[in-house]
Amino acid sequence: MTDDDPLFGLLVQLVLLSLVAIGGVNTVLPELHRLIVTEGGWMSGAEFTALYALAQSAPGPNVIFVTLLGWQLAGLGGALAATAAVCGPSFIIAYVVASLSVARGESAWFRLIRRALVPLTTGLLVASAWLLTEAAAQGWTGYLVTFVTAVVLLTTRINPLWLLAGAGGLGVAGVL
Amino acid sequence: MTCKDEDAGAGGTGRGGVARFSLPGPGELFLAFLGVGLSGFGGVLPFARRMLVEQKRWLTPLEFTELLSVAQFLPGANVINLTIGIGTRFAGLAGGAAAFAGLIFMPIVIVMLLGMAYGRYGDLPFVAQGFRGLSAAAAGLVVAMAVQIAWPVLRSLRAVALALVIFLAIGALRLPLVWVLLVLVPIALLWAWHDRDD
Repeated sequence: MTDDDPLFGLLVQLVLLSLVAIGGVNTVLPELHRLIVTEGGWMSGAEFTALYALAQSAPGPNVIFVTLLGWQLAGLGGALAATAAVCGPSFIIAYVVASLSVARGESAWFRLIRRALVPLTTGLLVASAWLLTEAAAQGWTGYLVTFVTAVVLLTTRINPLWLLAGAGGLGVAGVL
Repeated sequence: MTCKDEDAGAGGTGRGGVARFSLPGPGELFLAFLGVGLSGFGGVLPFARRMLVEQKRWLTPLEFTELLSVAQFLPGANVINLTIGIGTRFAGLAGGAAAFAGLIFMPIVIVMLLGMAYGRYGDLPFVAQGFRGLSAAAAGLVVAMAVQIAWPVLRSLRAVALALVIFLAIGALRLPLVWVLLVLVPIALLWAWHDRDD
């Protein structure tokens, strides 16, 4: 990948995005959607949500959604570059903080910063939930599946994979 | 998904009841986190805690919770920051890198295989229909997590106001995140400092 490649610009954006992704990839989904779908026109909204669903059905941390986006846009190189762009900065930060805090506990400053940022993280997460629901639903049955999935997860301790499989099955059967 | 993050912090075998035999090296960290990455369907953190506190006994429950609370306020996924922090703590930079690589290696391989399959078969009508259902359910996972996280947080005027403003700015108006944060983070810090008791 070279500097002229528009994908290079996307990588730079990913690096910046990873620095504000407190709470993980889910809090920056609306921003990723804006960069890749609305402004970049790299893929359709339906493809974006399908890839998100695909990443959810694989084991491991959510950041592999970014790996998958890179894969879809530019193959193996894109997958590795996107993963490195989104994990690199937070790796360095986590390493430095861990090295510094090995001897010490959490300071009052840590607590203040965390308490200040928690409402922002929460609002971002609700925005992500809103965006994904809107993008996934094609008609009322889609909203119903989203709603039922959320309620079942909140009220039982079922493995989420069963719900994903069930909803996928309903889709294949042509019910949705 | 980090749906079950909040149960991962507390509880366990108690503060003093854990024996530690020897500090793990990079190779051992890689293998241990390889298993965590593979088992973490729908939430890696509970599996990481089980491995670190209950199975390997590399951390006491209290140490785990302390490391997690530091990891949570850093950018990036909680579980990745925690993994890097723990690897670093036990075996320096090599340990951090080994633990991180172990955690994400298999998930990356698997997700790329899924992506390959999607690229080949994604246009078939029944696959596209299946993804319609899968996408709606995946949105439901995020809705549930948003509810779980928002419910205990939205208990003060400060929390509700800030969450609502950023939701409107990002979710409804779709403003660029960096600018929104440049405005809201200083406000959030000042407000939290002002309301130290809420």
